[in-house]
Amino acid sequence: MAIDKIEKRIIFSSMAVMGLFVFSLLYAMKKYKSNVPECLPYDKAYAEPKVNKLDDKTYQVFSVASMWQFQPAEIYIPVGSEVDFYVTSKDVVHGFNIAQKNVNMMAVYGSINKTTVKFDKPGVYDIVCHEYCGVGHQNMHAQVYVNYPDAK
Amino acid sequence: MQVSKTFKRIIFLELSIPVALLIIGIYHGLMQTIYRAGVLQDTSFAKLGYYQGLTLHGVINAIVLTTFFAVAFGHATMTYYLKQEPNKKLMWFSFALMLGGTLMASWAMLAGKASVLYTFYPPLKAHPLFYIGTALLIVGSWVPFFNWAVMYTQWKKVHAETKTPLAVIGTLINFTIWFVCTLAVAYEVLVLLVPWSLGWTTTVNVALARTLFWFFGHALVYFWLLPAYIMFYTILPKVAGGKLYSDLAGRMALFLFLLFSVPVGVHHQYSDPSITQGVKFFQGMLTYGVTIPSFITAFTLAASLEYAGRQRGAKGLFGWMKKLPWFDENNFLFSYFICGLILFIFGGVTGIINASYSLNTVVHNTAWLPGHFHMTVAGPVFLAIVGMSLYLYSGMSGKPVFMRKIVTIVPYLWMMGMLVFSFGMSWGGLRGEPRRTNLGISYLNPKSELFRSDWVPTTTLAMMGGIVMFTAGMLFIIAFFGTILRKRKAAGSLEIPVSEAYHDEKRVPLFDQFKPWIIAMIIILVLAYTPALINVNKNSGPGAPRFNIDNPTPLASDNK
Ligand code: HEM
Ligand SMILES: [Cu+2]
Ligand SMILES: [Cu+2]
Repeated sequence: MAIDKIEKRIIFSSMAVMGLFVFSLLYAMKKYKSNVPECLPYDKAYAEPKVNKLDDKTYQVFSVASMWQFQPAEIYIPVGSEVDFYVTSKDVVHGFNIAQKNVNMMAVYGSINKTTVKFDKPGVYDIVCHEYCGVGHQNMHAQVYVNYPDAK
Repeated sequence: MQVSKTFKRIIFLELSIPVALLIIGIYHGLMQTIYRAGVLQDTSFAKLGYYQGLTLHGVINAIVLTTFFAVAFGHATMTYYLKQEPNKKLMWFSFALMLGGTLMASWAMLAGKASVLYTFYPPLKAHPLFYIGTALLIVGSWVPFFNWAVMYTQWKKVHAETKTPLAVIGTLINFTIWFVCTLAVAYEVLVLLVPWSLGWTTTVNVALARTLFWFFGHALVYFWLLPAYIMFYTILPKVAGGKLYSDLAGRMALFLFLLFSVPVGVHHQYSDPSITQGVKFFQGMLTYGVTIPSFITAFTLAASLEYAGRQRGAKGLFGWMKKLPWFDENNFLFSYFICGLILFIFGGVTGIINASYSLNTVVHNTAWLPGHFHMTVAGPVFLAIVGMSLYLYSGMSGKPVFMRKIVTIVPYLWMMGMLVFSFGMSWGGLRGEPRRTNLGISYLNPKSELFRSDWVPTTTLAMMGGIVMFTAGMLFIIAFFGTILRKRKAAGSLEIPVSEAYHDEKRVPLFDQFKPWIIAMIIILVLAYTPALINVNKNSGPGAPRFNIDNPTPLASDNK
């Protein structure tokens, strides 16, 4: 099977480009701890909305999505906290997106989703539902207050 | 080539019904951009709701149009290259199933009983006829595949040592992918969802249903794409005035698609629960496997176009670009192909971004996504489909194309509108603008406390692009039906431009048979999907009851 010289070069360069992409991806995962959500087995303990303070800088948030709200709707944490978000749904599929922090999860009935994120800067972070969940979808949102407007 | 009256009649129906439905499909595309820009601040317009319209938009444009066309184009290709018409009874049977299914699903959507979007994720419940209609449309598209497989086997018996035409290989590969992936969605719909929507079963495992859907869903995008690829490999070089740079490259690319287009669906579920990071990463890497045939295609097509330009007398490194028949009215197919390919450059790049595992968390389910896939499915796929529909119709009916000049301009208008639209959508997505959202009521309504002024410029750009695309789409539809209304000028016949190959390699048996590839496909599929399916069964808790779109209280299991 004879392959044209130019074609060989092209196939080789394509593979090299893809290799570079894979490398960057792995590098970013290590350096910036960027990853997709973690997989947990279902446990109904997470279906109760709450904010747990583990220590000064470590929090757990059990966020429960339902048509058309997140509970808790307002989350208050100090600057510099590391937060584990556990997300599930009481009804249809919802989305859980904190665009400023690249937190991006689906909230699914009968499943628990989890990701960890650190809030270094004070401010109000919007949580937007970004999966269609029925007629009220466009109103479904919540907020994370990182030491703002006043610390709690 | 002369074809029978019945054959023509069926092809005409299969081409024109989806083009007629596009009026509804494209209308809603425009409306979505208007709501999203906050110009319309309402739940519905002209009695059709935002999410009802979005369901119609997705189903008509991405499922009905593409499936009908793939079948019609498959019939035309197999007939033209194998010089034999398919069985007429089976053709009618397949058409009847597809039409019946489309009518059922359309009724459910128009009646407002299935505003669940084209992904119909449970536990949102649609009317059972929506699921059954979709299933019938799919089953109807299986029928011709079996018929073509028989035609191919018979042809191969006589032509054992002849290279099977590339277009035939492409069509069979496409429908093999389609058959395999639709088995999963058929299981989801017929076993999980229909009995559940009727109240015969009480709950459904949502994570499992999503995984089955995306087993189908990613391969679906290749089912959209492959007819366009077939045209790019076997027709484009000819209409550009040149030759296909390498025939073998085309075969390699197509067989690689067979391997890699199904076992990668989990890349749509990077943000999902119940699937481990390992499975997601593995399928992410397999997705990178798909970039190899995509790159092969990109380079082969570029080389073919360069050759065509040089045949037309071009000099220098880039001179060939100027010589291509950009605005040739008598060769309008070229403009549809080239505009699609230009859009596909952006579609491909954004696609690699989406596939890149953790990078996906930046864009998943934001407006970036529709920004991306309108440059694939509503770019090369859509333009190739409509251009070829008009070409086939005009040739087979013997009626000259209506408004030839405008027909040639339409793809350029569409492309320019699309670039503006997709730029607005992608940029908005990077600013966190969600997709599948009637923004006009909340985030784009200055009176709402949710108002986001930073999304005004991006949604406005998308709307401006949308208006241009809508105009181009409507001009095409007018030209298409204008052609149908014209008088016959010649005896119609089935003619498809055929590209010769510049490097016409000797027949390589491996690239002229299906068995080893199908076996490899199944092995990769089992490797990729067994862990995913175990995951969603093991990690899921209770199944979900049924929900209507307007109520957080589930439906009781005994009532319909
Ligand atoms: C005038 C032309 C078009 C315009 C202005 C347009 C606009 C849009 C917009 C704004 C959305 C996103 C809505 C949202 O997420 O809230 C969308 C979704 C979509 N469009 Fe288009 N579109 C057009 C043509 C097409 C064509 C030709 C196709 C396919 C062949 C297509 C396929 C889709 C699909 C599959 C979706 C996703 C639906 C969903 O998320 O459920 N569109 N379109
Ligand atoms: Cu929502
Ligand atoms: Cu995909």
